[in-house]
Parts: sequence; structure tokens; C-alpha cells
Amino acid sequence: MTLREPQGRRARAVGWGALGVLLILVAWEVYKFLGPAEGFVVGAISGQTGSGVMLLPRTNDRAMPHIWDMVARLFQSTSGGDTPPLIVPVVTAALTTLGIAAVGWLIGVTVGALLGLVMQRWRLAEWGLLPWIVVSQTVPLIAFAPLIASIGSQVDRAGTIPWPQWLSVAIIASYLAFFPVAVGVLRGLEAPDRIHLDLMRTYAAGYWATLFRLRLPAAVPHLLPALRLAAANAVVGAVVAEVSIGMRGGIGRMLIQLAGQGSSDPAAPWGPTFGSIALGLVAAGSVALIGVGLKNYRRGEAAA
Amino acid sequence: MTDLAVNAVGVGKTFGTKEGDVVALTDVDLTVEAGEFVSLIGPSGCGKSTLLRLIADLDSATTGTLEIFGKPAKQARIDQDYGIAFQQAGLLPWRTVGGNMALPLELHGVTKAARATRVTQLAELVGLTDFVDRYPDQLSGGMQQRVAIARALAEQPRLLLMDEPFGALDEMTREYLQGELTRIAAETGAAVVFVTHSIPEAVFLSDRVVVMSPRPGRITEILPTNLGPSRTEALRESTEYFERVTAVREALHGTPIERANER
Repeated sequence: MTLREPQGRRARAVGWGALGVLLILVAWEVYKFLGPAEGFVVGAISGQTGSGVMLLPRTNDRAMPHIWDMVARLFQSTSGGDTPPLIVPVVTAALTTLGIAAVGWLIGVTVGALLGLVMQRWRLAEWGLLPWIVVSQTVPLIAFAPLIASIGSQVDRAGTIPWPQWLSVAIIASYLAFFPVAVGVLRGLEAPDRIHLDLMRTYAAGYWATLFRLRLPAAVPHLLPALRLAAANAVVGAVVAEVSIGMRGGIGRMLIQLAGQGSSDPAAPWGPTFGSIALGLVAAGSVALIGVGLKNYRRGEAAA
Repeated sequence: MTDLAVNAVGVGKTFGTKEGDVVALTDVDLTVEAGEFVSLIGPSGCGKSTLLRLIADLDSATTGTLEIFGKPAKQARIDQDYGIAFQQAGLLPWRTVGGNMALPLELHGVTKAARATRVTQLAELVGLTDFVDRYPDQLSGGMQQRVAIARALAEQPRLLLMDEPFGALDEMTREYLQGELTRIAAETGAAVVFVTHSIPEAVFLSDRVVVMSPRPGRITEILPTNLGPSRTEALRESTEYFERVTAVREALHGTPIERANER
């Protein structure tokens, strides 16, 4: 009974999720139908474009294409002629970015886990590191992305170690990904109850035995959300990094490119937008798969 | 001397706090013989749990000497001379009943086959044979506590330390487990140091009851029960049993209490 219940809850969660997406789609179309075609602008000076404050956005087909047009556009040729349907380059670009984000996620998880372990082991390290880790996340990604890129190209040009552009993107993505992992690992490793730590002490278990038999298993409920958050962050980081260092081939670059042609082909930028949404879902979903194998580590001790 | 499971001479414990030192325990002299069942009883703050933690080397004594089987407490802990059970079962929720019982064996490098054999024995000893593959959240509180006792017995310790292990259970389960514990203690021949705040529990289980008093925590009296080796349910209704309960109660309160049946 205790095992079947969460499945029902899961089905309900999926239902609510689908309903939420549907509501957004309906809201889009309803506003497009009811809203003013040229928007509602207050204080506009006639003859001066872009003046005034826009209170309601435009609903014409250029600003807000129909959802079915966006979907249909995915299956029309990319740029006329016999170029493949838009969905092909979108999927290719999304997969490229997914690969880079995955590398960034791995780097972030490794660095974050090490930081978490060190901070848990030595209180002094926690005092010294944790404030910097928090501050690190307030540095805007676009500020230091070019820095990483230039370091990368210098190293690459020196010739001893190859440093392709995608590695810079992965490292920038890892900068966002490591944070939830570092904090999650630290909290997770400190999760065991006093009684369990006492027990391990009575068994004369050392640091490593306690780590593997008690702290890590007890950390799992804190780790899974951290890993999922890291995956989402890695995707966002990779997309932003691609744009800010101008890497070709990924979904970030494609978004910017097609958005630039938005006025003549308004449904096109929605292709890579859907692509990046799918990308985030796939990334978070793959991490959720890790949780399936660790179900027993999410049990409570409370009596049935 | 090595016959003594516990030998405490002049043991004291002072905790340093911001408001100054707090004397938790002072001048404790106590011996527990091999195979003997000794209860520590007293109001909260009398240091009974502290004394148990000192014996277990979860804290270290500030003064005096404390020997477990003739060794310093720390050495006894490293040598795994005792098994311990707390008020909460403290089972690892991600391990099955069998996995929890085997935890100390696993930590000390016992082979898989030997662990399986031992788990079968332990499950039988505490009557949980059918529950070896269950998880703690699928068990009642009493069953969880039995797993904890089995885990404490896993390495056949000659000394069992128990800190109010039945404190969180209902009265029926409690009496049932008391009976089980006396049987298990007799079967294994282990000495037991048992912390409790229940007078009937202390009398029913023990060979000797150590009465303690707070501010500062100290031993005020040690009462032998002389109830013999057999502890059955019939004992709970015997006159000797009531007399011992009264004696312990008077020792706890410091003055004789007028009993209804003597008026």
C-alpha cells in the first residue's frame, strides 16, 4: 500500500502539469483573439515610433503567431528551397547544446560534491568557503563568460592543451551547476541524526566508513533535487554562454539568429525556443531517472 | 578484576557551558559483574544517561577511572566489547531489517555468508524471522526496537548498554519486550546496564537497581532485587515484586511512603 500510493500521486502530478501547459496555450490564444492588434500604448507622441509606454502587447501575427503556426513552421523548410524542415537543425542544435550542458553538469557536480565534502569534513572550510560560494552566484554570467573564452583561446593557441570553444561553454555552464550541488551535498552529509552518528562511533567506524555507510545514503534525499537543479542550471548556463561568446552550432546561437529574422518569419524563433524547453526537460528528466534507482534511500523511519 | 563488566571508581563528568561548568555526575562508584543485569534509575538530570554514555565512550569522564572488562572505556569501544540500544531504534531507513542487523558485522569485515547466518540467528532470537526483508517504515515501533536490540547483539557482546529502549513504547509492548529481554539476556549471558525511569521496569528486569539523584548527579543507593533468575509474568503479581518496587520508590523519594495495605 505504501509503495503504490506515490504512483497515484505521480499520475495526478502529471495531470496537473499537462493542465498547466494547456492553460498557458489557451491564455495565449485567448489574449491574441481579444487583445488589440497594435497593443495599447499610453503617452505616445504621434509620428515618433517606440515612444510611450506599452501597457498591453501587440497581438498581430508578427508579434504573437498562432500556436499552430509555430508548430507548423517546425515542419516547413528552414530557409526556403530544399533546405530540411526547421525541426532538423533545431534538434541538431539542441543535441549539441545538451552534450555541452552534460559536460558542464559533470564538471559542476564533481566540483560541487568535492566542495561539499570538504566543507562537511572541516568546519573551518565551511566558514571560509560557503560565503564565497554564495557570492559567486551573484556574478553575472555574461560578465565572466568572455574571460573564460579568452583564457580558453589563449591556452588553445599555446598548443600544449587543446581547448575547443565548447569546453569554455561547458565550464561556464558548470559555474551555475556547481552551486546547488555544493550546498546540497553539505546539507545532505549533515543530515544524519545524532543517534546514527553515535551508533557509528560505538562501532568504531572511521570517517570513510561513516561516509559511505551513513552520510552518503542519508544525503540522497538532499542530493536528487540538487542534481536536478544543477541540470537545469547547466542548460541555462550553456545557452547563455553560447550566445555571449558567440559559439556556433548550439541552440543559443540559433535562437538569436532566428529572432533577428523575426519580423519576416515570426513563427521561426519559436522553433529553437521549443527546442530549448525540450532540452531542459530532457536534462532534468534524465537526472530524475537516477532517483528511480535510489528509491530505498528516500524512505523514512516512521512506523507504518 | 577482569571478571567485572564495568568497574567505575570515583567517576565524574563536568560539562563546560557558557554559563559555567555543570556537574552532570559526581563520584560514581559502580561495579557490574559479568552476566549481571543492572538498572540505572532516577529523575531526569540525575546523570543516568550520562553514565551510560561514559561507559559507551560516547563522552569521556572528567574524573575517576572507568574500566570495561579491565580496559579503558575507549579501548573497550574500539574492541567492540559492548552492544548498545537507544530510546529511538535508530535504524537506517534505507536498509532492510536484515541489513540493519548486519550493519556492525559489515563494518567489521564479516564475510557475507557469515553475516547471513548471523542475521538468521538474530531474527529468530528477537522473533522477526518473517520480517528480515522488510524496511523499518513497514514495522511497528516495538518491532523496530527489537531490530535495534538484535543489532546490538549482532557481535555477541558480553555487555549490553540500553538507554531507555522501551521508553517510547506503549505499556503492552513494553511488558512484552521486558519479558523478551530477560530471556535474551539469559540466553546470551551478557551483562546489561539498563537506563530507565520506570520503577516496575527496573525491578522486573534487574539483579540490582542503582538509584540516582540529581544536582549533582550521583548514586544514592544500590538495591539488590533477589528475585532469582526466572522472570515470568507471574512475578509481576508476586508480593516480593511489590516489596521491591516499594523499596525502590522509597529510595527514589528519600522517605518511607505509607502504603495503603499497611494502614
